Amino acid sequence: MINLFKVKAKQKELAENANGKTPGKKQSAGELRLHKDISELNLPETCTILFPNGKDDLMNFEVTIRPDEGFYLGGTFVFTFQVSPIYPHEAPKVKCKTKVYHPNIDLEGNVCLNILREDWKPVLNINTVIYGLFHLFTEPNCEDPLNHDAAAVLRDNPRLFESNVRRAMAGGYVGNTFFPRCV
Amino acid sequence: MATASRTRDLDKLLLRPGHLVGPNFEPGPELRDDLGEYARVLVIGAGGLGCELLKDLALSGFKNLDVIDMDRIEVTNLNRQFLFRLEDVGKPKAEVAAKRVMERVSGVNIVPHFCRIEEKELEFYSDFGIIVLGLDSVEARSYINAVACSFLEYDSDDNPREETMKPMVDGGTEGFKGHARVILPGFTPCFECTIWLFPPQVKFPLCTLAETPRTAAHCIEYAHLIKWDEVHSGKAFDPDDPEHMQWVYTAAVKRAELFGIPGVTYSLTQGVVKNIIPAIASTNAIISAACAMETLKIASGCSKTLSNYLTYNGVEGLHIKVTEFVRDKECLVCGPGVLVELESSITLRKFINILEEHPNLLLSKASVTYKGTNLYMQAPPVLEEMTRSNLDLPLFDLMGKVSKDIVHVTGVSCKGDRKTSSLKKLRVAFKGVVGVVDMDTAGGA
Repeated sequence: MINLFKVKAKQKELAENANGKTPGKKQSAGELRLHKDISELNLPETCTILFPNGKDDLMNFEVTIRPDEGFYLGGTFVFTFQVSPIYPHEAPKVKCKTKVYHPNIDLEGNVCLNILREDWKPVLNINTVIYGLFHLFTEPNCEDPLNHDAAAVLRDNPRLFESNVRRAMAGGYVGNTFFPRCV
Repeated sequence: MATASRTRDLDKLLLRPGHLVGPNFEPGPELRDDLGEYARVLVIGAGGLGCELLKDLALSGFKNLDVIDMDRIEVTNLNRQFLFRLEDVGKPKAEVAAKRVMERVSGVNIVPHFCRIEEKELEFYSDFGIIVLGLDSVEARSYINAVACSFLEYDSDDNPREETMKPMVDGGTEGFKGHARVILPGFTPCFECTIWLFPPQVKFPLCTLAETPRTAAHCIEYAHLIKWDEVHSGKAFDPDDPEHMQWVYTAAVKRAELFGIPGVTYSLTQGVVKNIIPAIASTNAIISAACAMETLKIASGCSKTLSNYLTYNGVEGLHIKVTEFVRDKECLVCGPGVLVELESSITLRKFINILEEHPNLLLSKASVTYKGTNLYMQAPPVLEEMTRSNLDLPLFDLMGKVSKDIVHVTGVSCKGDRKTSSLKKLRVAFKGVVGVVDMDTAGGA
């Protein structure tokens, strides 16, 4: 390759190469794959998406879920998504911005969903994650919970669980914790 | 030839012909001198691999090296990053490494860059003949790979133009294991072509951490990921802040005591939180030596290059295997994409229609993105609305009036009865605009 280096060194002194390339933002393979996922989103009516940083930042967005059945009917829950440049090698980081009384979502907004951590595979996409989150509201589960109190109540006394959820969504106390209104 | 000179051994490789030489090899003193004068090599990283690389390259006849590293020297580096001493702790790695090698090898010039790789312009990278990587993350490799592959151009027959190829030599180590590979964009697979080789990182389920920890690592991750937010909500955890690390360690110990789990130590805490695997000097030396050798071969042609991926495993005995991986022709980063030639007057809407009829594409409902800007998104509704106004604008204008560039599209492609969603790379060229002429010239710098 040394001859090539020599030629290039001499060429560089001659002219700036006008090959039509403008210095632009480097688009990572992750952003391209995300672009594909987003342009193919097929969301149910209960889920909406918005891009707080405008149409050109697809790596940070918010998804709002309004369950139409189950314990959480009527509530509005907002999740933030942060996608890494090496997506889909790494799962998106999802947090729940709405304080919710739920066995699988803790008070800091951490979400226990298998496909976000140990079961993530690059073949999954944003659509599957959003469906997974929706599922958490239609079928909360009390095995391996993040909020042990809520899980225990769901397991032992589903009617009390239901009324706790209603009180939390309407804005009120469950135990010592206050939940702001989200219906 | 018999005189004792500094280059006696290098001369044996560069001054005489042989049976194992690479194509276009021209032995002679001019080759050796040209290597020193015209070969500019960039070493990325001045840590475990970087220190060894700088030494090896300087001793192999390269005289123009640059090294880039954003970190400062820490005391734990000193077991293998041999260019550094105790009194250097706190100083920028790139600067100290460059200085030390220049002190020991006369005639070599090394320019250090104390900054992140993302902070450098594309022009910076285009000046180098070969880029050698001593990095420690998938993300950084992916970035540099995208930069190097962006220099690659294809002719109108979809063949890579060799004079635009920017070779990379990539090394990596982890304890007793390592790899070295040669990446010739357009010819061998690039980093993205083979990214499926990397196993996903170990991630424990959050609920296991919260409810049923069984190992010391579970206790540490509980403190790191869950307890930290509970107590310091809002404040970001900084793995380089010793006070934060101490807090996590203390919280992990409490958690471990609660569940009767042994083994939580401060150093394990650091390892789990920062994902550190212990580093061994000899692994780094072996991998860097392989990389430096490949760099010499690529630059001089003195021998056939590694083709193209070497894996080393020293866990049980010493095992080396070389595999010849093949390129992914559809690779979004290094692939040719599909050539689309257009009049400069056509609108984005017309362009999207053209894609439907293009024989190599047959892509319907395309969404278009160019250099990080989304020109048109078919979905979701909120983005479709935001980009609808672009449909009636000329694509040439939307692309900043360049004569040709890379555009990515995603849509539905129909092959017979089957419809598959696909993401494609396109080489868009505008006819009649200055600069398009190069496309049809057959090679030739």
